[in-house]
Amino acid sequence: MAASLRCFLRSGKRAVLVAVRRGFHSSSPAAVQVTVRDALNQAMDEELERDERVFLLGEEVAQYDGAYKVSRGLWKKYGDKRIIDTPISEMGFAGIAVGAAMAGLRPICEFMTFNFSMQAIDQVINSAAKTYYMSAGLQSVPIVFRGPNGASAGVAAQHSQCFAAWYAHCPGLKVVSPWNSEDAKGLLKAAIRDDNPVVFLENELMYGVPFEVSDESQSKDFTIPIGKAKVERQGSHITLVSHSRFVGHCLDAAAVLAKEGVDCEVINLRTIRPMDVECIEGSVMKTNHLVTVEGGWPQFGVGAEICARIMEGPAFNFLDAPVTRVTGVDIPMPYAKILEENSLPQVKDIIFSVKKTLNV
Amino acid sequence: EGKMLTNISNVLRACAQRNISHLFVFYFKKCDVFKLDEAPATQVVMTRDEGLQYYRTMQTMRRMELKADQLYKQKIIRGFCHLYDGQEACAVGIEASINLKDHLITAYRAHGYTLTRGGTVKEIMAELTGRRGGIAKGKGGSMHMYCKHFYGGNGIVGAQVPLGAGVALACKYKGTDELCVCLYGDGAANQGQIFETYNMAALWKLPVIFICENNRYGMGTSVERAAASTDYFKRGEFIPGLRVDGMDILCVREATRFAADHCRSGKGPILMELQTYRYHGHSMSDPGVSYRTREEIQEVRSKSDPISLLKDRLLSNNMASVEELKEIDVEVRKEIEDAAQFATTDPEPPLEELCNHIFSNNPPVEVRGTNPWAKLKSLS
Repeated sequence: MAASLRCFLRSGKRAVLVAVRRGFHSSSPAAVQVTVRDALNQAMDEELERDERVFLLGEEVAQYDGAYKVSRGLWKKYGDKRIIDTPISEMGFAGIAVGAAMAGLRPICEFMTFNFSMQAIDQVINSAAKTYYMSAGLQSVPIVFRGPNGASAGVAAQHSQCFAAWYAHCPGLKVVSPWNSEDAKGLLKAAIRDDNPVVFLENELMYGVPFEVSDESQSKDFTIPIGKAKVERQGSHITLVSHSRFVGHCLDAAAVLAKEGVDCEVINLRTIRPMDVECIEGSVMKTNHLVTVEGGWPQFGVGAEICARIMEGPAFNFLDAPVTRVTGVDIPMPYAKILEENSLPQVKDIIFSVKKTLNV
Repeated sequence: EGKMLTNISNVLRACAQRNISHLFVFYFKKCDVFKLDEAPATQVVMTRDEGLQYYRTMQTMRRMELKADQLYKQKIIRGFCHLYDGQEACAVGIEASINLKDHLITAYRAHGYTLTRGGTVKEIMAELTGRRGGIAKGKGGSMHMYCKHFYGGNGIVGAQVPLGAGVALACKYKGTDELCVCLYGDGAANQGQIFETYNMAALWKLPVIFICENNRYGMGTSVERAAASTDYFKRGEFIPGLRVDGMDILCVREATRFAADHCRSGKGPILMELQTYRYHGHSMSDPGVSYRTREEIQEVRSKSDPISLLKDRLLSNNMASVEELKEIDVEVRKEIEDAAQFATTDPEPPLEELCNHIFSNNPPVEVRGTNPWAKLKSLS
């Protein structure tokens, strides 16, 4: 079998290469590098091809190739019927998408950013999420709401909110938050194939980041199960749990800490709801320490939920210290670069929190 | 076939003997139109069979709603209960001009539509009383009833309108000649999302009939106090509209026929305003007399009741006899009584099913109960 080479490129700023070569030497194919943007594009392309009920609608998704170019080339390939440009009417087009799903199609509804989903949140929650339950199983809603979530760079308060906690609060929704390209592709395909409403939280800063992807991810039937976290890095001293962009920050922190003899286990949640608590618990029962890392605000957030779940489960008795949450600062996002940088978890914040939790 | 012909000739002979008209032609004045060169037919044929069927359905709807009123006052139905009595001609008239392959969505005053779309009185009433035999197994209640090609029953005012346009989009996308009837009230007509929907429906020529059931009051607010323009049939601006007497089932039927033709011929959406009236208040917790007079209610009842209008037509044109209609009344009463009996004796849904139906086509999941030790099971 071909040698496997694992390469992490994080944050677009510093490349840390960790090469692990296994197996016997043979001429191997060049490692396939795919950006998150292209992975999402591939996922949608493949699912559009596979199932004619799938279609994409949203602002600028068609002729503009997507506000962030995620849907580049799709309109040219599939045309007006399947790739639909909407007017700026989030509540209207989200409702239309939900209605289309109720009538048997499989829409992908793009919000240019999830900040604008607030205009339409009633349709996501009351029309999409709750309907299967209210109808006692008569009416399903196979829809994906996707778009960039959380902070970008310099877009200020109204365009930088993380909605993971808001959507993950609600029964009837699945909430997915991929980190790398493989996540993006496998999870988006799974979301589109899922017969339930899925909120798919992307990250604008990750779109351009290339990752090496596995051979199997190149298959048109490659999916990643929703609801299963992934251990990105094995470790024994402390568990770091994160989602989306900050998984990369955790891995960066782990690399620095490794040099100081602190061995971190890094878990990529991949799905916020249903959360893979068992994966976290298993890890905590091994490491006895837990730090959660997220971009969203602390109150009632993803980290808060993890803390509560750990307390309620078997892992609590294995904790040697309270769980630490590393989160965005509890303020609306400021504009100035220095303020913005200090509003979000930095690698040094994670390192600091790990050391405090370990009391080293 | 021979048997069928014998039956028909027997009926005709019986009709001739009783001097019964098999059909009658009715004349109406032209309804108000907006951005339309044509209008619904003013010369309308109703057959005896149609008349009797409309009568039966409207009477069933009326009695069902009145029974719900009774059960609510006995506290057997709880929560929200928005009754439709007075508006029967709308639901029955609309259904008369579409078919069950078409689609329909409405707001929360939905019991009548659940019936016309294929729900039974029994399962509607049992849903109101929250029993396992309810159309949504007791999990939806008054505002969340569904059946094939009927998308509820929606509690959030106006939210059903984009949904309805989405259903129409699916019809067009799949290349069928199906359409979606999408209803909302005079109160909802001021919702922003409705205007967003008008825009997209017109832009994309979606086969949707928007219908505003104008019963003059949005909860306790009269139309004059809520809308800068009460010409609801014109509010679609670039969407053609018609305004129709919603108390007259034939007017509703013909207008719907006209609207359906418009949609099915690919012309895009159309908007119908049905001028109608509800006898009850907004819901069972509203006596309905603080914002309107008892005289007004009584006047509508005596001059415009949809069932009385139809009954008068049938009797005065010799299309049916008093005894026939009485017989239908008796049958309807019995159906309602049986349904109410079922609805009050059927057990509530089992607690084991509390967490079911969260996800479709999904392996079973665990759901947290009220406390950490309560681990409940959810099946699809």
